Amino acid sequence: MAHEEKKLKLYSYWRSSCSCRIRIALNLKGLEYQYIPVNLLKGEQFSPEFQKLNPIGYVPVLVDGDIVISDSFAIFMYLEEKYPQHPLLPSDLQKKALNFQAANIVCSSIQPLQNLAVLKYIEEKASPDEKIPWAKRHIEKGFEALEKLLKDHAGIYATGDEVFMADLFLAPQVHAGIKRFNVDMAKFPLLSRLNEAYSELPHFQNAMPENQPDSPSAWGTC
Amino acid sequence: MAPKDGGEASSKLVLYSYWQSSCSWRVRFALNLKGLSYEYKAVNLAKGEQFTPEFEKLNPLHFVPVLVDGDVVVSDSYAILMYLEEKYPQRTLLPADPQQKALNLQVASIISSSIQPLLMLSILKYLEEKVGLEERLLFVQTNIEKGFLALEKLLKDFVGKYATGEEVYMADVFMAPQIAVATERFKIDMSKFPTLSRIYESQRALPEFLAASPERQPDAVH
Repeated sequence: MAHEEKKLKLYSYWRSSCSCRIRIALNLKGLEYQYIPVNLLKGEQFSPEFQKLNPIGYVPVLVDGDIVISDSFAIFMYLEEKYPQHPLLPSDLQKKALNFQAANIVCSSIQPLQNLAVLKYIEEKASPDEKIPWAKRHIEKGFEALEKLLKDHAGIYATGDEVFMADLFLAPQVHAGIKRFNVDMAKFPLLSRLNEAYSELPHFQNAMPENQPDSPSAWGTC
Repeated sequence: MAPKDGGEASSKLVLYSYWQSSCSWRVRFALNLKGLSYEYKAVNLAKGEQFTPEFEKLNPLHFVPVLVDGDVVVSDSYAILMYLEEKYPQRTLLPADPQQKALNLQVASIISSSIQPLLMLSILKYLEEKVGLEERLLFVQTNIEKGFLALEKLLKDFVGKYATGEEVYMADVFMAPQIAVATERFKIDMSKFPTLSRIYESQRALPEFLAASPERQPDAVH
C-alpha cells in the first residue's frame, strides 16, 4: 500500500541546532515533511550522496520538489517566501533587521564555535578538557550580546509579543547551552524567561532534539 | 559613490566602519553597487573606539559595521544587507528565482558563519596560546580551504561571469572581500580553487569593489 510521498523533505540530525530552527519553522507554518536523518557522529554527511546535496556536509538540507536548499538561513528565507502563512518576519524594517541581527549572533558568533568539527579539533589539538570550557565561553559571550541587544525590544518573545525569526534561532541555541554545555542561565534573565516561554509552545517542543525520530531516546537508550 | 569623510550632513545614510573590517567591506561594496552615497564615520578598532559610550549606544555589541538611516539603526553586515535590499531595491542583490536566491543566501552564510568567525582575532589569540602559532595558521588555512572547497563545488554548476551567473549578487558581495583577506592575510593558494579564482578576477575588476577596498577608505593607514 503506497503512502503519499510528502513533497517536503528535511535532512536533519536530531541534535543539530541548525536543523532544529527549521523544524520549528515547518511546524509553525503547518508544513508536513519527511524527516531524513543524517548521522553526523557516524560521518553520514560525507557520503557521496549527501555531498551532492550539500558539498559543505552540513545539515539541514531542504528538498522541495526540484529545489534543494542548504543552510538554515537560506532555508528559512525560502520557506518564508514560498509559504507565507504564519509569517516569521515582522513587516517593520527596523524590527525585521533586529530579527536578522539576533539570528546572526547565533549563526555566526555562537553556533560555529561550538559545532562538532570545531569541538573535535579542540579536543584533539588542545585537550579534551578544553572542549567544554571553550564552548561555554563562546556561548556565554553570545548570550551576553543577545541580552544587551534584545533588552529594550523583547516582549513575550524575543522581539515583541509574537514569535519571529529571532525566536527560532534562539530557542535551539539556548536549549543546547543548557542541555549540553551546562551554561549558567542565571546570568541571562531575559534568555531564561524566553526559554520558559518557548517551553510552552508545542511547535517548539516538538522540534527539540529529544523528540526527533533519530534521537537515541526514541529507541529507549539512555 | 565615494564616501565623504565628515563634511555636510547631506546624506541620509551614515556608515560606521573600520577600513580593514571585511564585514564593513561587504556593506561598502553593496552601497556602491546600489549607487547609495553615505557619510563614512570611522571607528578605530585598534584604538578601542568601539567601546566609547557614544558608539555603545548605537551598537551595544561594539561591532562594525553599523548603518544609520534616519531613525533606523542596523548592525551586523548580513542584517544591513537584507535591510538595504528591501529599502533600496535598485540594482537588486538577490535574484528573483527561488533556487538562485537561496544559493546566494547560502554562499553568504558559508562565508559569514563557516569561514569568517573562525578568523576572529580573539579566536586566533586563544589558539596561539593553546596550540602555538604554526598550528594556528594551519587551523585558519584548513577552515578557509574547507569553506572555499565547498563554494567551489556548490557554485560549479551555477557560475557565470560572477558567482551565480552573469550579474553581481549577494554571493559576490560576501565572496570578494573574503577571498581578498584569504589571499593577502592568510596566503591561501587560490590555484586549488579555479572556479573561485575566475570569479574573483571579475569581482575585483568592479569599480564598486575597488572603491570599497580598505586602502581607499578615509581611515586607511598606509
